[in-house]
Amino acid sequence: MERLIEILEEIQPDVDYETCTDLIDAHRLDSLAILSIVSEIEDEFDITVPTVEIIPSNFNSAQSLWNMILRLQEEE
Amino acid sequence: MSYHTVDFLVLFLPLVIGMHFITPQKHRWKILLIASYIFFWSISGKLIIYLLLSTFSIHYTGLWLNTIASDGKLKIQEAEKEERKAIKASVKNKQRAVVVFMVCIHIGLLLCLKYLNFFGTNVNNLLTLLGLPDVFPATKFALPIGISFYTLQAVSYIVDVYRGKISADKNLGRLALFMSFFPVIMEGPICRYSDTANSLFEGKRIVYANLISGMQRILFGLFKKIVIADRLNLLVKTVFNRYESYDGTVIFVAMLCYTCQLYMDFSGTMEIVIGIGEIFGVKIPENFRQPFFSKNISEFWTRWHITLGTWFRDYVYYPLSLTKPLKKLTSAARKKVGSYYGPLISGTLALGVVWLCNGLWHGSAWSYIFFGFYHFAMIAMGNITLPLVRKITGKLHINREALPYRIMQIIKTFILINIGELFFRANGLRAGLNMFKIMVTDFSLSTFSGSTLLKLGMDIKDFVVVIIGVAIVFVISVMREKGISPGAQIAKRNTFVRWSVYYAAILCIIVFGAYGMGYAPVDPMYAGF
Repeated sequence: MERLIEILEEIQPDVDYETCTDLIDAHRLDSLAILSIVSEIEDEFDITVPTVEIIPSNFNSAQSLWNMILRLQEEE
Repeated sequence: MSYHTVDFLVLFLPLVIGMHFITPQKHRWKILLIASYIFFWSISGKLIIYLLLSTFSIHYTGLWLNTIASDGKLKIQEAEKEERKAIKASVKNKQRAVVVFMVCIHIGLLLCLKYLNFFGTNVNNLLTLLGLPDVFPATKFALPIGISFYTLQAVSYIVDVYRGKISADKNLGRLALFMSFFPVIMEGPICRYSDTANSLFEGKRIVYANLISGMQRILFGLFKKIVIADRLNLLVKTVFNRYESYDGTVIFVAMLCYTCQLYMDFSGTMEIVIGIGEIFGVKIPENFRQPFFSKNISEFWTRWHITLGTWFRDYVYYPLSLTKPLKKLTSAARKKVGSYYGPLISGTLALGVVWLCNGLWHGSAWSYIFFGFYHFAMIAMGNITLPLVRKITGKLHINREALPYRIMQIIKTFILINIGELFFRANGLRAGLNMFKIMVTDFSLSTFSGSTLLKLGMDIKDFVVVIIGVAIVFVISVMREKGISPGAQIAKRNTFVRWSVYYAAILCIIVFGAYGMGYAPVDPMYAGF
């Protein structure tokens, strides 16, 4: 989780990822930032993020992203 | 019969509301379905066959995908553990083949009906240049209303069933209503089955609160469309059709007027559409979110025609960006140019495809393709220069969130959007380029002091009405941007104030509406796309 927050801060600074739960709904992350995140987490956590997973509920907070990573790791 | 016409507002809509009200809840969706097909038939007649074919095909595709999935499940249950992965992959491959085939059929039909003539004409032109005879006969197909909108809805339904986001609907009638719902069939918004279907089939009772809030939005939409947009059409039509006769200042004014007309027309129609949805308790997605408060082009497209932007994002941009070759490119590029520019390369390639599709979706002409690439170039440049801008503003200690900086960004975006719309409206790409050239080379402020602007179809009263109208829309937009709902504010007042406002709004539309003698009726502009 710490590494994930580091990745997020690198891509989009000025957001408190510990508390923010509306990263997509409040337009804090744009589509390019999402592509960057997908690319980084795929390399870092050795997973493949399919298109179907790119939905607001998976990207609205660091916690939901982390849950998705754990789930995809289990499925791999 | 458009949404702003007397036939629709005084006869059709009240009749449907009345029928819906007296029908038992479980049959109300059928009233909406019958009304939707009557509405479609009244505009497109026999071309309703296209809508029926699309509806039947996505219905059976959904069921087909379900059958493949359930057969796969049975096989998995009976199979050994090591075989299960292979069966899952085989099911996914079969489903993917079905989806690709059906999407190709739908998009292929749209391409054929909308673009075959454009393609043929361009090939013939090329052959003429080479001294060869034409090979494509001129063929122009009659287009059913809303084909560009309902085709995208059909594709999203099939893909969402494939992705497991929704279950295939077994009821053909319900799916037919989703595809044809009369308020959205003409101009969208492009609805998703997962967002709209439930409220569409629920058959909620029409209640006073929904009726009033729906009527408020319909009135506001009519105000935008009839009072402002249709009035501006007089000047826009005059200048764009004979731009050679005017100087750069007049073209500049016409460009501003067209952008305003397009916004008021399209967003006004969306207010009417969403208002009708509210009356029936149907959740129709917002298509505009104060676009002219955007700080860059990229943000603008998250606020203007939102449902088209999100459709392209979810069904073109992400799937394309996340294909194996582009992922490999991203991965390799990240190592060489860093974690910002790495994903930007593949993202920009996918963005190019999105904007080519976006331009073409609007129509079969080079000016629309240019319009798409203009926006692509602006967004790509904005993305490429973002780190540099951040660095410079940081070094100069400029607060990017400060009001003056934001206002400057909003003005810059407004100008860039207007230039894009000039090409969008011009009668062809050559005319657009000529108009742009005249605008930048022959601009003189002295034109404002003479009476030239009053000889373009709009008199001084028209200008006054437009300026006051735009000011009202601006105030309401500021309120909405701050999260205040003007409609809810009015609804809180006492009966006298509330009804005074409603009657004043109706009177205002009747008195200041641009219709009758001297005004040509203007169909909703996006219905043509």
